[in-house]
Amino acid sequence: MRYESPATTKEAVALLAKEKGEAHVLAGGTDLLVRMKSGLTEPALVVDIKRIPDMTTIKTTQSGFKIGAAVSGAQLSDHKALCKAWPGVVEATNLIGSDQIQGRATMVGNLCNASPAADSVPAMIAAGAKAVIVGKGKRRTVPVEKVVTGPGTTSLKRGEVIEAITLPKPAKRTGDAYLRFTPRTEMDIAVVGVGISLSIERGVVKKAKVCLGAVAPTAIVVPGAARALVGSKLDDKALDKLAAACSRACNPIDDKRGTAAYRTRVAGVLARRAAKIAYQRAGGAA
Amino acid sequence: MAHDNSYTGQKFEVVGNRFLRPDGVDKVTGRARYGADANAPGQLVGLVLRSPHAHAIIKKIDTSRAEKMPGVKAVITSEDLPDLTGGDAGMAQTLENCMARGRAMYDGHAVAAVAAVDRQTAKKALQAIKVTYKKLPHVTDVDEAMKPNAPVLHPWLFTAGVDPKPEKPSNVISRTQMGHGDPEAGFAEADVIVEKSYKTEQTHQGYIEPHACLASVTPDGQAELWVTTQGPFTYRSVCATLLGLDIAKLKVTSSEIGGGFGGKTHVWVEPLALALSRKANRPVKLVMTRDEVFRATGPTASTSIDVKIGAKKNGTITGATLELRYQGGAFVGMPWAQLACMTGFACYDIKNQRSVGWDVVVNRPKVAAYRAPSAPMAAYAVESTLDMVAEEIGMDPVNLRLKNVAKEGAQAPYGPIYGPIGIEAALKAVKKHPHMKAKLKKGQGRGVACGFWFNIGGQTCVDLNIGTDGTVNLAVGTVDVGGARASMGMIAAEELGISYDDIKVVVADTASLGHNDTTEGSRGTFSSGMATIFAARDAINVLKERAAKMLDVPVEDIAWEKGEAKAVGKRYSNLPKLSLKEIARKSPNTGGPIAGHNEVVADGAGMGFAAHIVDVEVDEETGLSKILRYTVVQDAGKAIHPDYVEGQMQGAAVQGIGWALNEEYVYGKDGRLENPGFLDYRIPVASDLPFIDTKILEIPNPNHPYGIRGVGETSIVPPLGAIGNAIANATGVRMTHAPMSPVRVLDALDEAAGMDQKVSAG
Amino acid sequence: MSDAVLVTTKVNGDVVEYACPTDEVLLDSLRDRVGLTGVKEGCGTGDCGACSVTIDGQLVCACLVLGVEADGREIGTVEGMAEEGELHPLQQKFIEHAALQCGICTPGFLVAAKALLDKNPKPSENEIRYALAGNLCRCTGYDKIIRAVQDAAKDMRKSRKR
Repeated sequence: MRYESPATTKEAVALLAKEKGEAHVLAGGTDLLVRMKSGLTEPALVVDIKRIPDMTTIKTTQSGFKIGAAVSGAQLSDHKALCKAWPGVVEATNLIGSDQIQGRATMVGNLCNASPAADSVPAMIAAGAKAVIVGKGKRRTVPVEKVVTGPGTTSLKRGEVIEAITLPKPAKRTGDAYLRFTPRTEMDIAVVGVGISLSIERGVVKKAKVCLGAVAPTAIVVPGAARALVGSKLDDKALDKLAAACSRACNPIDDKRGTAAYRTRVAGVLARRAAKIAYQRAGGAA
Repeated sequence: MAHDNSYTGQKFEVVGNRFLRPDGVDKVTGRARYGADANAPGQLVGLVLRSPHAHAIIKKIDTSRAEKMPGVKAVITSEDLPDLTGGDAGMAQTLENCMARGRAMYDGHAVAAVAAVDRQTAKKALQAIKVTYKKLPHVTDVDEAMKPNAPVLHPWLFTAGVDPKPEKPSNVISRTQMGHGDPEAGFAEADVIVEKSYKTEQTHQGYIEPHACLASVTPDGQAELWVTTQGPFTYRSVCATLLGLDIAKLKVTSSEIGGGFGGKTHVWVEPLALALSRKANRPVKLVMTRDEVFRATGPTASTSIDVKIGAKKNGTITGATLELRYQGGAFVGMPWAQLACMTGFACYDIKNQRSVGWDVVVNRPKVAAYRAPSAPMAAYAVESTLDMVAEEIGMDPVNLRLKNVAKEGAQAPYGPIYGPIGIEAALKAVKKHPHMKAKLKKGQGRGVACGFWFNIGGQTCVDLNIGTDGTVNLAVGTVDVGGARASMGMIAAEELGISYDDIKVVVADTASLGHNDTTEGSRGTFSSGMATIFAARDAINVLKERAAKMLDVPVEDIAWEKGEAKAVGKRYSNLPKLSLKEIARKSPNTGGPIAGHNEVVADGAGMGFAAHIVDVEVDEETGLSKILRYTVVQDAGKAIHPDYVEGQMQGAAVQGIGWALNEEYVYGKDGRLENPGFLDYRIPVASDLPFIDTKILEIPNPNHPYGIRGVGETSIVPPLGAIGNAIANATGVRMTHAPMSPVRVLDALDEAAGMDQKVSAG
Repeated sequence: MSDAVLVTTKVNGDVVEYACPTDEVLLDSLRDRVGLTGVKEGCGTGDCGACSVTIDGQLVCACLVLGVEADGREIGTVEGMAEEGELHPLQQKFIEHAALQCGICTPGFLVAAKALLDKNPKPSENEIRYALAGNLCRCTGYDKIIRAVQDAAKDMRKSRKR
């Protein structure tokens, strides 16, 4: 295995594009190294992006935030402005593993690992996050929901890397939240995850986006769930409709972590709870 | 010299205090050396190839490519471990469990092993071994395995203990029955009868340190094994038998042990490491991965249990029966169901009782002891059913238990009459505990349950050597799994009458001390404590002889008090007292080294009893249970070092909590273990728990000079029942399948609400 | 065979050089090449915290870091906690509170607890429990560990005021 730690995105892209064998980007490594240990992957090349300055910093821009691909969960939680703007996204990322894992794990790694149960992904999607993808001589920005195509697969082409995630500046009176269900309080993989972001005016939900994790091959946006919220003051009827829409949208599997029936049910339960938190964060009366 | 082991009510100066453990600094600075922390010149890395199939014939193992790889120094299969067990069926099963012989019996069963110059090379060598399997039908569930059409694991296995003798082989090893009185007559007298069936899933001890060893065999038939183990002497005799070595020529050194809980009482990879070393003629270090630990060491049994309890309206239990089906993995090992029969009703004085146990084989790893092995599952069933009886007759569940509690003179399920025991006192302490009066909110519930464990004694040997400066080395042969060196040092200091700081306790290797049984059955402090007392008393006799010489008085006139020899009698009033240090300093000239030794079969281990209180909050929308408050009351006989007694109570309770809520082996339809890691085998983390309150009771064991009872195991027994009872109290729903995971609780809630569809249905 | 590289790093303040295969994890490099066996392996997959170390002050699991990544960084392990022969207050309190039984998880707990107290000198019980959730202990039920950390934090705050 070749190990490279380039200083620029351009170099990283060139290394990855040139490699004929299996090549992997090493950001936090919390998924990659586990797969290497178990023999699931034997890369010919690993490109460590943690020495690329652009990839290791959070920038505040006019339009919002640009979070480098190698930024760890611990860095996110230390960034006050980001925590204030998108608490749901930061909390979701911080739910991944322990403090030790947080010292390494990144949102982009969580995204590119393409597990249906990735915690940060539904929160990013709900918040309208975009991925800045860099290839050889090309650069494109796509909504996060366009990145993962199925369990373990992404739409990234050979030689392409995600350089950063952008998050918009939240509109006034916007709140987001992410909740997941796990049997333990920590150190678990989501059985179900729900990310919700919404904006309100005079207590009425004007805009909403709801995204579920661990209930389908990829994180799924549920427009019906958003519609259930829009126009409401988050009354019980709206929450019932939200829960029903979420449960309806589920297309889960049975596995060691949970059954399809359980996931379907709890998706609705968590959606209600997450919506209430997001609403409160948007300034709505609880 | 024979010593009396009776309890004397001696007053203590040292015992009962909280001294700092002698191995503390090493352990907080990273200096302590565990199984994987030793190295030897020229050592190789050993790795094991394991079966991916639950049950398969091994048609061929082609090791030729691996053997030719540069850096590979040895490749072994079962052919390198010829059967030297000489008709010892149990030992033969151990051998076959260590390395498959023609058939892989479970997912993870060792098939071959390699030793190479480094990890990378060893890994490549494993990949180069080609095994041709022919898959066979498998069975992993205990109830399924007992069915007539189940795939039979061993064609030679005919059920023992049934009449008439079976004509066909089956997966049922044996049927055991015990009890007394006439349960049917008892049921006829009952006002209410509750019958319920339970299941418990397989759990693992989950020690954080994987099995690890460093083996070195030389061509002249000598060998050394550095290993993390609870039983260095047992490992020595088993490995010597399996490898054909002389017992005295195999030196086993137990490293610091990173948790065992019963799982390090049996050999797993150690014979393989020795065989690899013998073949390679180099030392071999073999460290299991966590995945291997889950798949191929010994978890506890999964079970299926039926309980029937009949009682009068006043609470008197008139009859009770238990039917216990325990799977012990793919091989015939300990009779786990038989052990369960002995423990199920042990907390209660039930005149008419019967327990029937069925030991069963399935395609899972060979079961090992796990802290009070077999007892927690039986207690889950009994303690849950008792609460249901209490509800039926409208009686407080603690009062129901007190009404039937076993006291001195009652008969244990397995026959003997109890001496002084602590379960009544524990229940009374529970009743009085402020925890029982604390207010509960909606969605919260409280449960109480009891637990019993035998505790054992066994063969024990210690050496106590006094240096010329008066400091003392104490060598024990039971390993220190949680502070035992501190306790042994305190006992020696107590007896000798010297400072705790003047004593250094070591765990001896097998070449330096006589045989000691494995540190299991909560026997460490009881047995080595007893041997230490006796060895110290022997040393005191020598000290007195030397003092007599120094003072020139008859030894009969010398008394030993508070670390000093004193000539007793008026005519000696002008003679000085001689301290241990003074006598030691002169020892080269008064007869040489001063020592005390003791070899004993420590008899009369006092039984352990505990009662637990738990408050639980159940999220009825997700089925998640949260532990809000937990209290352990347990009889320790005498707490030598209260910190480490509390530690055993807390640790055992939390293992029970993990078992009750989340821990379980998940097998797929293909018979493979799906969760062999700490991510998906969910042991409790710090944020899952509250502080675990403890109350130590001290009801002396009459058969120990200090009154000690074992304390390590008992408190893993009550948590399943206590938590089940708390969930029932919170929700009105009775859980009958452990772990009582969110999905199972939600199912039970749904069922109670009249819904048909199960969220657990796959 | 994997490519080997020469790594120059600082471990507990000392400059250390080792050559390791590129696919070797830092845990193995520290244990087998630097000789720091206080860094324990409990799982190798980041689920138990026994191999907790710091890289440039950041708490990580050494099993989820490549040995080559340490190049030019500063690594902290349990072996570096005691200074000038004096135990760190956390080390002292772990012994005093009997916060260890078998002790295999202890180095990881100490490194993680120190990382917590460096950042948050006055954590609540809940904060301690969550901060240490990545460190598994199978012996103690965590009770005495949490108490030891609380007590150490208290002492450290006092000595800071002085």
